[in-house]
Parts: sequence; structure tokens; C-alpha cells
Amino acid sequence: MCTVISLHNVSKSYQQHQSILQAVHSVSLNIDKGEIHGVIGASGAGKSTLLRLMNVLETPDQGIVVVNNQTLTTLSNRKLREARRSIGMIFQHFNLVANKTVFANVAVPLELAGYSKKAKGDRVKECLEFVGLRDKAHQYPAQLSGGQKQRVAIARALANRPAVLLCDEPTSALDPQTTAGILDVLQTVNKELGVTIVIVSHEMDVVKSICDKVTVMESGEILETVSIESQAYIIPKNDPKWFLQQLTEKERNSNA
Amino acid sequence: MPEIILKYQAEIWQSIGETFVMVGISIFAALLVGLPIGTLLYLCRKGQMLENRALYSSLNIFVNIVRSFPFLLLVVFLIPFTRFIVGTAIGTMAATVPLSIMAIAYYSRLVEQALLEVPRGIIESAVSMGASVPEIIFKFLFVEARSSLLLGLTTSTISFISYSTVMGIVGGGGVGDFAIRYGYQRFETELMIYMIIIMIFFVQMIQYTGTTIAKKLDKR
Ligand SMILES: Nc1ncnc2c1ncn2[C@@H]1O[C@H](COP(=O)(O)OP(=O)(O)O)[C@@H](O)[C@H]1O
Ligand SMILES: [Mg+2]
Repeated sequence: MCTVISLHNVSKSYQQHQSILQAVHSVSLNIDKGEIHGVIGASGAGKSTLLRLMNVLETPDQGIVVVNNQTLTTLSNRKLREARRSIGMIFQHFNLVANKTVFANVAVPLELAGYSKKAKGDRVKECLEFVGLRDKAHQYPAQLSGGQKQRVAIARALANRPAVLLCDEPTSALDPQTTAGILDVLQTVNKELGVTIVIVSHEMDVVKSICDKVTVMESGEILETVSIESQAYIIPKNDPKWFLQQLTEKERNSNA
Repeated sequence: MPEIILKYQAEIWQSIGETFVMVGISIFAALLVGLPIGTLLYLCRKGQMLENRALYSSLNIFVNIVRSFPFLLLVVFLIPFTRFIVGTAIGTMAATVPLSIMAIAYYSRLVEQALLEVPRGIIESAVSMGASVPEIIFKFLFVEARSSLLLGLTTSTISFISYSTVMGIVGGGGVGDFAIRYGYQRFETELMIYMIIIMIFFVQMIQYTGTTIAKKLDKR
């Protein structure tokens, strides 16, 4: 197995008022090609910072970041921008350009990479097909549901055929039904396209359902990394009777 | 058509023309210089892409000083500069110099504010895609802020019309100056009221056009 992402003794701190906050403290981590790697931990544990260090969205105070055999921490700005094209990223709040259509949003990374108009059009359609939104190409993000927006974001992140996809709480703004759909898409991205996925989440169910390995973080440090057997994401039923049943069951348990 | 308007027809058309020249050139200056300055103000702020304290402070001070000048004093204060640029300090073209300086300062602040409204996450996604600073500006910032940028320009234009009314002081002419000289000073109250109506009409038109287009551009 070869390593695609490797962090060596990486640290990141922030100046907060008078004190210095150590968001990530001397972390080393290797992520293998083809893996779905989860990062879980309490809010403020440093998960997002760790993820953002992987594409050097945050410059580490010290340590080395290597992705796709390139040492990102020593690259020139220009080379770093090129390297980032093969590292896709998606976010909790999707971060689509609201004034661009779905098509135009997915086209942006291709324009940055210098695709011709024809090649761009073909690739956008391919990506939208992949996430099942080809018919929404000419809509604006505001006309889509949360799950559909995240699918567009995934299509956008995949447009340049990245080797790695970084996901920061990709399902945390979604309801459980929609979450299951997005996790399905991510799994397909991993299995069919061979993309290595790092997924940060505070939801145990999410991490358990698709990850091969999970890193647990606490106060900026790695507590442990464990291999797991992924288990199906359990979709709670979305009907009032089921809600009632759940509520009264809880009550019975606590009465007992 | 009221008799008084027919009587002064030529002068009225000329004054409207002068207002158009003064306001038109100000809008042009606002776009050509104010838009880049506003964008730089945004980019050089603390925590932004091109964080640069010295440049931010200089631009910020320029904008604040120009905007805090009583406009008539700014006109007088700029006379030497105006003479240097257009060769004379008197006339419609000379009047466009202080108006343009004010327009630049006014609009650059509105541009900065419009860009600050763009969600940070969008910039972040742009950086993660490997976009360069110019690409972020043109493919993300300006696209997302376009309706605010246009509304800001609309507001600015209406202010320029108002500022242009005092340009009689340096012989700039325009609708406002005509209303004061003929309507007020020659006691042609009826004429003055017609001129005010013309101004109101212009302002309404501009506001309506700006708001309508901005609404069309806004898909958020
Ligand atoms: N840009 C920043 N400036 C200052 N402090 C930050 C910044 N980003 C994160 N932090 C702090 O670093 C810590 C870790 O944040 P984060 O990585 O976002 O945690 P998590 O994603 O696990 O909730 C938090 O205490 C947070 O307040
Ligand atoms: Mg986080």
C-alpha cells in the first residue's frame, strides 16, 4: 500500500487575544491510497484544522505535509496552486457560488486548469451525471436542496480528477435521509474512481458507516487511529409514528 | 409644454448635457479607479489574501479624508490639481475633477463593503481549487457581489447628481446650477420647480433601473 497523504510532526497554532491556542500539536499521520479515512473528535478538537493542513489551506507552523509525493510545505505559491488541483475539497456549507448556475460552478475548476470550451462542457456533464444531477445543470444553487447542493460540490471537487478528496463535515448540515445519499456518493467516488477520501465529522454514525480507518482527535492531538469494519448507515424512518415510538421507548427505559 | 420651458429650451438642454457629462465622467472614474481601490481595501485587510497594513491604512485614510471634506471645500482645495489635470479650473470639464475624486472615494468604500458580504467559505473553496488572486477576484468575488456592486454604483450615481448641483461655483453648469441661477436668483420660481422635477425624474429613473437590474443579477 502506498501513502498518498503524509503529515510529519505538523503543528498549527492561532493567536487568540493574549494567549496562543495550539489547534494542532505535533501530529503525524499517514493515509493510504484508496482509503476512506475518518477523523472524529469533539468540537474544537482540531479536526478541521488538521484537514486544512492537508492542502495547506492553513500553513503549518512546523512540520511537513506530503500529498501525491509532493512536499506541499516547500512548494512555491504557483506550484502549490497547481498541486491543489489534484486535491478536491468539500465543506459543511457547500460553498457554491450562488450567482453561478450548477453547470458554471462545476466548470470553474476546469477553467482554472485551462480546459477548452468543448472539453469543459463534456467534463461538466460527465461529473453532473456521476452525482445524478445532469437535469439541474441550468439551475442556481438557491433552487436546490441541501443534498443536491452537496452533490454539486462533489461534482465540482471531482472535475479535475483529483487523487484525494477532503471532506469537512460534509453531512452535518443535512438530515439523515440526505446524509445516507451523500455517503453513498462518496463511497462510489472511492470505489469506482479510486479517490482517497478523508472525512472529518463529529457524527459517529457517519464515520462508522463508510470509513476503513478512523483517527480520533482530542485537544489538537491524535488519540489513536483504528481500523474498522464499516457498517451500513442506519436511516431513521421519517414518519411521525416512528418518532413517537422512539420517544416513548426512551421514556419506558428511563422509567424502568 | 409650459411657456417658460419653451423659452429656456436651449439652456435647459445644455444644462442637462452638462449634468450628464459631469455625472457620466464621475461614474467612469468610480468604475475605473474606485472599483480597484475598493477591491484593494478588501484584499489588504487584516486576515485577507493580500494582508498589507501600510497599503490598507493609506487607502483607508485617503478615502476617509476625501469623504469627510465638505464638498465645496474639496472643490476649492483641488483647484491647483484641477488646473494641472485639465489646464483650467473653470468649466464643466474642470468640475469633473473634484467630482471624480469624490466618486472614487465614495464608491471604493461601497465596493469594500459589498465584497465583505461575500461568504468566507466561497473564498476558501476558491483557494482550495488552486485559484490565484486575480482568478478569485474575477471568478468568485465579483460574481458573488455583483448585485451589491451595482446597487452601490446606483447609490453613488445619485449622490454624484446631488454633488454636481453645486458645481456652478467653478462654472460647471448643470441642471442644479441652472435652477439656482435662473429659477432662484431671477425669481422664476416656476422654472426652478420644473428643474427640480427633472432632477427627481432622473433620480427615480436611475434608482429604478439599478434596482431592477440588481434584482435580475441576484440569484442568491
Ligand atoms: N482561524 C482561526 N483563528 C483562531 N482560532 C482558530 C482558527 N481556526 C480554528 N481556531 C481554533 O482552533 C481550535 C480547533 O479548531 P477546529 O480545527 O475548527 O476544530 P474542530 O473542527 O475539531 O471543531 C478551536 O479552538 C478553534 O477555536
Ligand atoms: Mg470543524
